[in-house]
Amino acid sequence: MTDVAIIGASMTQFGERDGWVCDLLAEAATACLDDTGVRADALDHLYVSNMASGEFEGQTGVPNALAHDIGALGAYTQRVDQTSSSGGAGIYAAWQSIASGASDLTLLVGGEKMTHRTTGEATDVIASLTHPHEYKHGVTLPSFAGLTARAYLDQYDAPREALAEVAVKNHANGVDNPHAQFRKEINRETALDSPLVADPLRLYDFCPITDGSAALLFCPVDVAREYTDDYVRVAGVAGATDTHVVHERPDPTTMNGVVKSGERAFEQAGLSPEDVDVAELHDMFTILEFLQYEDLGFAEKGHAWEDAMDGTTARDGDLPINTSGGLKSKGHPLGASGVAQGYEIYKQLVGEAGDRQVDAEVGLACNVGGFGNCVTTAIFEVGA
Amino acid sequence: MSLDAGRCPNGHLSCPPHPRCPECGEPQSETVDLADETATVVTWTTSYATPPGVREPNTLAIVEFEAYDVRLLGQVDGDVEIGDTVEATYTEELRDPEAGIREPASQAWDGYRFSPS
Repeated sequence: MTDVAIIGASMTQFGERDGWVCDLLAEAATACLDDTGVRADALDHLYVSNMASGEFEGQTGVPNALAHDIGALGAYTQRVDQTSSSGGAGIYAAWQSIASGASDLTLLVGGEKMTHRTTGEATDVIASLTHPHEYKHGVTLPSFAGLTARAYLDQYDAPREALAEVAVKNHANGVDNPHAQFRKEINRETALDSPLVADPLRLYDFCPITDGSAALLFCPVDVAREYTDDYVRVAGVAGATDTHVVHERPDPTTMNGVVKSGERAFEQAGLSPEDVDVAELHDMFTILEFLQYEDLGFAEKGHAWEDAMDGTTARDGDLPINTSGGLKSKGHPLGASGVAQGYEIYKQLVGEAGDRQVDAEVGLACNVGGFGNCVTTAIFEVGA
Repeated sequence: MSLDAGRCPNGHLSCPPHPRCPECGEPQSETVDLADETATVVTWTTSYATPPGVREPNTLAIVEFEAYDVRLLGQVDGDVEIGDTVEATYTEELRDPEAGIREPASQAWDGYRFSPS
């Protein structure tokens, strides 16, 4: 298999944007190509990570639209949909395209346009991934988070304040991310006093609804230097599924898709959790940061909350988590999020993260679809 | 009315049923009616931000049946805590089928709510 490099990255401003999905995708795509000095007509493959452009906007077939808009005619295009882990699935697909030799230059662009819909409508679009039994009971992804958070706090005797600490930390990190939807610090009291959304979780336990796009450019490692001196190597990437019906899992506080995708990615990379210097975890809800932290092996089951409370996961801690601000403050344009996680790790590893910069040679991104229904984990290291 | 779990020849149960047993891959050749069975609350939440056509607030629980090794999620009437015993009550329409994104004809909309025993 060919060793795979990422040689360029971009992300648009996240938040409430005027443009529609094709505008946002084109903005990120052209920025990524310009960042690397690559012409669009040199692309072999062009992938778009997107969950629901048809449902949100009535626009389908966006990869072909993007190819035409950016001058990549002739490239092979495909849409990668894995609900909210579409971006991570896109990283896996782009890696496969280069590793297999099918493509020598693949551009991955993730994007979603959501904010023109009401919160209820957007929640319903996302909830449409649930099983008919779950859907008829009015289950939403936030309500899964409430069910899980209550079980976690009860099972591991964890303090409610620990969840608030995740929000406080990720908001603090987001202040230094110029692309983030929210760039404001919050304190623990603000998080703990915010309105209940899915008991015991409150407003500040949830990421917002967001428009935005991000892109990554992939090629074989052995030609990466022809494009740039600063590249990262995809050391390992893997995906896995868990049950579709969430209540059929034996333990609500364990996400087996995270466990399996993490194990497979670490095995491929020849690395272990101790080797990771920085990680982007899918904090669509604060509780998810704990679950992934444990299920990827960064802490024993039931102990992630301690690392949140003692500063281990802060930017100046031993294992900084979500230096980008996470989904919580950066925003969560569904198909873009996994790609934007890759953007943050790329920037950290090539030393271009500015005020967010930490000391890192190995970075990990975990992107969660549904409520752990499908997961991809990617491990990146500084190019040799 | 019935609340059917699927059961495979190896005795594994799932509710809702699946074409093949998630645990061993065998066809689920029989059903078990859970409608009259009591269950214990594993965890619960109350959602205050619900999609179109869903009651607000909407309390939901994951429960484990006492007589069978199977769990189920459902709406809750009344107040519950983890460990409470609940029973199932048939409800004709759990949400408005016309209000959401899902094609109304694509699925059933009736089912069982849980309430404290």
